[in-house]
Amino acid sequence: MHENPRNMTQGQFSFLPPLTDDQIKAQIAYAIKMGFAVSVEYTDDPHPRNTYWEMWCQPMFDTKDPAAVMLEVNECRKVWGANHYIKVQAFDNARWRESVAMSFIVNRPKHEPGLGLARTEGPGRSIHYRVHSYATDKPRGERYK
Amino acid sequence: MTANPEEKSEGVQAFPDSFDLEGEFARSNVQAVLEKLDRELVGLAPVKQRIREIAALLLVDKARRSMGLETGAPTLHMSFTGNPGTGKTTVALRMAEILKNLGYVRQGHLVSVTRDDLVGQYIGHTAPKTREVIKKAMGGVLFIDEAYYLYKPENERDYGQEAIEILLQVMENQRDDLVVILAGYANRMEVFFQSNPGFRSRIAHHIDFPDYSEKELMSIAKLMVDAQHYVLTPEAEKVLRDYIPRRMKMPHFANARSMRNALDRAKLRQANRLFGRKDRTNLTRHDLTTIEAEDLLASRVFQP
Repeated sequence: MHENPRNMTQGQFSFLPPLTDDQIKAQIAYAIKMGFAVSVEYTDDPHPRNTYWEMWCQPMFDTKDPAAVMLEVNECRKVWGANHYIKVQAFDNARWRESVAMSFIVNRPKHEPGLGLARTEGPGRSIHYRVHSYATDKPRGERYK
Repeated sequence: MTANPEEKSEGVQAFPDSFDLEGEFARSNVQAVLEKLDRELVGLAPVKQRIREIAALLLVDKARRSMGLETGAPTLHMSFTGNPGTGKTTVALRMAEILKNLGYVRQGHLVSVTRDDLVGQYIGHTAPKTREVIKKAMGGVLFIDEAYYLYKPENERDYGQEAIEILLQVMENQRDDLVVILAGYANRMEVFFQSNPGFRSRIAHHIDFPDYSEKELMSIAKLMVDAQHYVLTPEAEKVLRDYIPRRMKMPHFANARSMRNALDRAKLRQANRLFGRKDRTNLTRHDLTTIEAEDLLASRVFQP
């Protein structure tokens, strides 16, 4: 069994050490090659199931080169990098798929307090589990300070 | 993983003693592109010469780099000046191909824009618009036609300045990702560069496109006729030869583009002539491909 890491995991590669810029570029190049629309999103509400993040820019439908996406990733890092998560998503618009084909985190806050497990007792001694991010105890904008 | 200092000290002798310039040239397919340029474009000798020089420079630069002689990324931004219809866009397309073959741009596509694509209509509209265009052109060549329209000195609140600043920043910081080619009339570009010294210093190659001579325009017209599977009768050819100097004296003469327009109108009249014929039931291949003298003589150039 894999031990759950302290930091938030979501999408691809999130159990691996952070990707280098070259590795990110290579992933984006693959997405472009496959004809996906690549976009950049950020959030400070970490939860493995929180998939709708804030959009940094419009999805890039007709970029031909990963450098264009890296430009946006770096712009987003400049503004939100210190205390937000940033992910790169690739949307596949092929008929019957029409969904996010790739999604991986490219930036994490410097310090991540991690996720806690809360138990709730239900009827008949049943127990429900809840994953709770310590960061969200504080209001938006004050997390990860 | 060459960042390791130990590896670096060992790696000094790893560079080869010789470089196969001939082989690299053959591998790069640049010769084919240059030949295509020669074949498809009439005249323009100084332009072709400059392109050959640039190709040679880039190839030698590559050879130097393979021997560890660090030269720094070469500046490839260019300015194409010349009158309309002298082949600036066509040459830019070929340039993108050459740069791709030599490995200086990754994708080799050409994004052709004008002021409207870069400059927004209200405050805060310009920066995202310019960035969007730059992102599209990443890995290829950004061709800005009539670039002098970006700078409007008579209106100090013009948003063009904002686009210029973003462009300059990208031209400086992302030289490996994007090559910018500015194009426009020679004298207006000169004024543009004078008022934007930042552009001049960031552009390495200024290429001037000369006007075509009558003879060159004639061979361009013939190439166009051939490419579209038409034939000029000998009389029509004579009329066309007479047409060129007359058209050159008229206003709004646009070199090769004027020739294309003249032929387009001749095609129109030819179609009309065929349609107006009495025996429309038996058109031959000859009828459909032939442009007669009368198709050209109807032009307003020949009107008194």
